[in-house]
Amino acid sequence: MIVKTFQPPKSLIARKTHYCAGCGHGITQRLLAEVIDELGIVERVAGVSPVGCAVFLYNYLDCDMYEAAHGRAPAVITGFKRVHPDKIAFTYQGDGDLASIGMAEIVHAAARGEKITVIFINNAVYGMTGGQMAPTTLIGQRTSTSPSGRSPEKAGYPIRVSELLSTLEGAAYIARVAVNNPKNVIMAKRAIKRAFEVQMEGLGFSMVEVLSQCPTGWRMSPLEAVRFVEEKMIPYYPLGELKKTEGAER
Amino acid sequence: MRKTEEKVLLTGNEAIAEAAIKAGCRYFFGYPITPQSEIPEYLSSRLPEVGGVYLQAESEVAAINMVMGAAGAGARVMTSSSSPGISLMQEGISYIAAAELPCLIVNIMRGGPGLGGIQPSQSDYFQATKGGGHGDYHLLVLAPSTVQEAVDLTMMGFDLADKYRNPVMILGDGYIGQMMEPVRFKASEYMELPSKDWAITGAKGRQRNIIKTLSLNPQELEEHNLHLQRKYNEMVRREKRVEIYETDDAEFIIAAFGIAARVAKTAIKILREKGIRVGLIRPITLFPFPYEAVSDATKNVKRFLVVELNMGQMIEDIKLAICGKSDVYFYGRMGGMVPSYEEIIREVEKIYNKGGEH
Repeated sequence: MIVKTFQPPKSLIARKTHYCAGCGHGITQRLLAEVIDELGIVERVAGVSPVGCAVFLYNYLDCDMYEAAHGRAPAVITGFKRVHPDKIAFTYQGDGDLASIGMAEIVHAAARGEKITVIFINNAVYGMTGGQMAPTTLIGQRTSTSPSGRSPEKAGYPIRVSELLSTLEGAAYIARVAVNNPKNVIMAKRAIKRAFEVQMEGLGFSMVEVLSQCPTGWRMSPLEAVRFVEEKMIPYYPLGELKKTEGAER
Repeated sequence: MRKTEEKVLLTGNEAIAEAAIKAGCRYFFGYPITPQSEIPEYLSSRLPEVGGVYLQAESEVAAINMVMGAAGAGARVMTSSSSPGISLMQEGISYIAAAELPCLIVNIMRGGPGLGGIQPSQSDYFQATKGGGHGDYHLLVLAPSTVQEAVDLTMMGFDLADKYRNPVMILGDGYIGQMMEPVRFKASEYMELPSKDWAITGAKGRQRNIIKTLSLNPQELEEHNLHLQRKYNEMVRREKRVEIYETDDAEFIIAAFGIAARVAKTAIKILREKGIRVGLIRPITLFPFPYEAVSDATKNVKRFLVVELNMGQMIEDIKLAICGKSDVYFYGRMGGMVPSYEEIIREVEKIYNKGGEH
């Protein structure tokens, strides 16, 4: 007898994505869909797509979705959550969106302890516009706007958003994960699920930072890109649960 | 203040805030700025009493996006600010107009440009009526000239927003916001409103809803723009409001909106005692602009004076309406200065005494 043991999540729409080969977005969105299915929340969840490669999330995820102006997703979802406190709310934002133009919105959403979940894709570049330098670009990393490598004298230092938000009382759960190998993918899913549970338990703001490979933006092969995450990104952006407020530990 | 029938004495800002409560608004997102801070102050204590939410945002940029989230969630929602803060909201306003979400935005104008001052002004007329943010869109713009009218327009504004799925702006000034007058809260005229089946509420028992404004296909985007234009044309056909005062026998007309019209009325009374037959045209909706009412008046009147608290903004719409058929003069004060009725009388007499047929 043949038993079907593998099937795509119900909340993921079966269609070809616009993501490049080797991109981390597809993996993360699949994890997000699996978590939504497992928690059984697809009928009471709402998300926000930002500006950047992440914007087309609403083409792949089968739930109510907003699209926000660049950086403003945490403000938009705050409006939703205050109207529907019984519903589940999330944003899905890249590093240009969240850590640069939207820094005020993310910091204050966390400070308010807004009961939302943020999936933060950190791939160290602006992906959609062609791989320009982002606030998360590593020192020495070459991008289309730091052609000889990011210099701290000229462009300052990459921002560790998770560590920064962990200092805020309103942040209940902050974790950093990666999707560059199977083990890390399993850990990433666990963190995303925990982040949603923390929201549903009413504990406060939750965020999972996902170190994500961008082979096209980095001018690398997919294989080189997963190695770059391991060898360059993880040492600067260490993985793990950075903040677990009382009640959020498990 | 809680009973709807009795007359109460309130500042314009407090009256607008209470009118919003009476109209069923339960969500306010804003940021403090003079001279409108009494609106958020009032609502921060009043909204929790009626089961609503007051939230002080980290900036006007965030506030307008919270408004977008709440409007998209199907709620009656508002924000208020003053000129520099409204400038910061323009990005969000463009998105809200593009996404066709209903909300109320109050601008209690102060003198600019830049940080400017905190005294009354009408210098955001262009910004409010001609776009403000990027793209081809319009707000419904309502300009009260008394505290009672601020109440009535606020209550009606929420209905208009829902009816057209469009942001509505109450364009007041520091005077309207700060002065105290007796007001009565009466329900606005019944309007049939469409259901909000597009709202984001969690896709239970229905297809999912998506609220978005990105459209990479130019043909599709043009189609959306044409749809918006049809809606604005519908507003132009149905929603123009204007006050016509003493124009029947007028040989001279003052055109003014908001507080400037209030001052002009006093001037008109005195001028009539002096034997100069002056009338007033006061647009109440600045978009849609009552072009026909102005144009009709040119049949008998050859001289118009536009009075504004700015360097001449509404005058452009007056000139469009008049189309060269009458002479148009302008008198304005800026930076928080308000023309007195004596100044307006002097200005009218100066033009009047030039005499001669035109």
